[in-house]
Amino acid sequence: MSLPNISLDDLQQGESAIIIEIIGDDVVASRLMEMGLIEDEPIAMVGRAPMGDPTEFAVRGYRISLRKSESVRVLVRREP
Amino acid sequence: MPSNTSVKDARVVALIGNPNTGKSSLFNALCGMNARVGNYPGVTVEQKVGRLSGTAETIDVIDLPGTYSLAARSADEAVAVNVLSGEIPQQAKPEVAIVILDAANVERNLYLFSQIYELGLPVIVVMNMWDRVTSEGLTVNAELLSQRLGVPVVCTSANKRKGIDELKKTIESTLRSPASTPRPEQFARAMFPSVFHDEVKQLTEWLESQGRKPSTYQVDRLLIDSDGHFQKLICQSGLPDIATKIEDARLRLQTAGCKVPMFETKARYAWVRKLIDGAVVRQESRSASPSDRIDRWLTHRWVGMLFFVFVMFIVFQSITLFAKFPMDGIQWLQAQASGGVEAVLAPGALRSLIVDGVIGGVGGVIVFLPQIAILFLFIAILEDCGYMARAAFVMDKLMTTVGLSGKSFLPLMSSFACAVPGIMATRTIESRKDRMVTLLIAPLMSCSARLPVYVLMVSAFVPDTKYVGGWITLQGMVLMFMQSLGAMVAIPVAWLLKKFFFPGEPATFLMELHSYKWPSPVVIYQRVWERLLSFVVRAGTLIFCTSILVWAAVYFPGDHLSLDSSVSKLERLQSEVSETIAKQPSSPRGTEAPIEDPNIANMQSKIDEAQELVNQQRSKLIEGSFLGMVGHRIEPFVKPLGWDWKIGVAVVASFPAREVIIATLGTIYSLGSDQDENSQGLQHQMQIAEWPNDGKPVFSLATALSIMVFFALCAQCSATLMTIRRETNSWRWPIFSFVYMTTLAYIGAWLTYQCFRFWS
Repeated sequence: MSLPNISLDDLQQGESAIIIEIIGDDVVASRLMEMGLIEDEPIAMVGRAPMGDPTEFAVRGYRISLRKSESVRVLVRREP
Repeated sequence: MPSNTSVKDARVVALIGNPNTGKSSLFNALCGMNARVGNYPGVTVEQKVGRLSGTAETIDVIDLPGTYSLAARSADEAVAVNVLSGEIPQQAKPEVAIVILDAANVERNLYLFSQIYELGLPVIVVMNMWDRVTSEGLTVNAELLSQRLGVPVVCTSANKRKGIDELKKTIESTLRSPASTPRPEQFARAMFPSVFHDEVKQLTEWLESQGRKPSTYQVDRLLIDSDGHFQKLICQSGLPDIATKIEDARLRLQTAGCKVPMFETKARYAWVRKLIDGAVVRQESRSASPSDRIDRWLTHRWVGMLFFVFVMFIVFQSITLFAKFPMDGIQWLQAQASGGVEAVLAPGALRSLIVDGVIGGVGGVIVFLPQIAILFLFIAILEDCGYMARAAFVMDKLMTTVGLSGKSFLPLMSSFACAVPGIMATRTIESRKDRMVTLLIAPLMSCSARLPVYVLMVSAFVPDTKYVGGWITLQGMVLMFMQSLGAMVAIPVAWLLKKFFFPGEPATFLMELHSYKWPSPVVIYQRVWERLLSFVVRAGTLIFCTSILVWAAVYFPGDHLSLDSSVSKLERLQSEVSETIAKQPSSPRGTEAPIEDPNIANMQSKIDEAQELVNQQRSKLIEGSFLGMVGHRIEPFVKPLGWDWKIGVAVVASFPAREVIIATLGTIYSLGSDQDENSQGLQHQMQIAEWPNDGKPVFSLATALSIMVFFALCAQCSATLMTIRRETNSWRWPIFSFVYMTTLAYIGAWLTYQCFRFWS
């Protein structure tokens, strides 16, 4: 049973998910992919900045900060 | 240009890696601190070449800018790959690429490696920050990786100088006998879908039929990067139909199920996973790492914000607190140097050139070195321990309101001390547009050189009104307003620059947040030293030239003979007095006995007379100098601002550095040029100055405010303009800054004067 698709921005602190796809083929999309955000890769939400944006994520063993405008383009599914 | 100075037969290697892998400390460990720094032609990227120390052969190391990928979207980003393919004029093609990896983050770092590997250069892999491997619960089998790749792998901790000798030996042996070139099957490229390989083949054949000789790498990038650097380049080169050819190929790939650009990253990461399988093992722990726990507090909603404010408070308090003593020291040295020259040289053009032009001009800039050094020190510490990235993380949301990113915050904050280190700190901003906007608004922040001007004007012309039982003063409020005026104006300026000069999508803000670590003293020392040196050498030489020019404009074409003889006479009198005092029988300390001596009192009044004469002659000469002529010529332009020609002259003369205006005003109001902002004499002279035609006072509150507003917004600082020139590698931007800021300053001053002239 698969859970409904959500974006990376919907994750709560400490929650992890599996990347489904990155929307688009522009610079932002390729940058995200170059940084290792590729389908089937697990990613976890570490915490938000004091003003609510950007957000820190853990992927491939390192920490990356993404703005909301970037994280909404990463479709994920919650780990069952 | 560094390449011009390199020995003809020097072997060349290049150092490349992701940002934050300790690349510069490795570079310094390999080459020592004497790198040759220049700019690559036509781009804003710094070209840094060092010489490997302690090797038999002469080996040059090119330090390439840190990057996550060789896919280039701009000319700046293409520098790395152009150097590696030997396409930069006057820069020899490197024989070996040294790829530096963060040993604690091998997987993502190997992405870049997978691209460099395919360029066909012999490669050496450096696993830097090796000491972090164990502390972060990792197991990395470097030997296994080396076997799988067929390239040497060296483990180093550059900030502790570990593994450096081994790396040097590996570089030498690789240059002697490079490892066999890897077979194409070994590349990540081999994992690209076959439809893509077919398209590459077709496009290559077509390009060759058109007389081009593209490398496989370039054809790959043409097809993969939509709107990439190579596509722009080739579309501009006059090949017919190339744009449609690329578009069609991409469409065919799309229909064949090969998603561009996703297939590339996917294939490369799959290749990396296979490569590190069993060689890099990360202990999967569900609990947060110590670094994560620190982060929970330092980026916490309230605690994080408070901590950030606290850090900024400490930094800027330290600058004002600790810089004072060395700054006084520099000023003292400056006075000693001037005194020494005056004792040796008779009054004349040479003495004036050395004392007023060289010592005065350069000293006026050097005096800010302590502030700059302290600021650089804090920036280096914050960068190295990992907090700098968090500061950008915390401030990002606020900065996006003006179209910038969190990375612009610290450069702008630094500019409140001095715009020069602020502009230099913009190097950490990856997005070129953001960096340009930040760099162009940085000089609007109220730097410490503006403060003396404000203090002088405020204490002389703003009424000393107190409110709330003396807790709030009008003078203090005006001072505070002037301090924040630039920053307030910077907001719409940033918005306009972003809209009209650097349009386009807001830059991405993908930022790596490294784990916290203790800052390394070696790294910090090197960074501070490097930046200070480049400030002194680069800005210093040009500041020196402008100081001389302004000096000449003040000195010529007047006839200085009578002034020189008056100065000689004055100095003779002064030394006579001090000799007479010295000869007096020593009186008990604390009593002012010698002054009561009628003989000395008589001489004293003679000195005063001579001083008066010198001052008058000096201000006459200024009026007749080139600068004075300019001043009279521009009077119609500055009159709407409420200024007379004297103020006009002082403003023009303060082009090299704004604080010079006080000394110039001192000279013009015939007080001698050794005035400071608290000089009662200067304040008094300004208060009694009158317009020649109607006898109204020149200086009113409106005029004082207008001068302050002008100084808040103008670009009267050659050091800043020279730094902009250096950082952008073009004269266009310093000229642009000067024009836009002077225009703003003029309009601001005019509005201020027109609003306040009827008020007082």
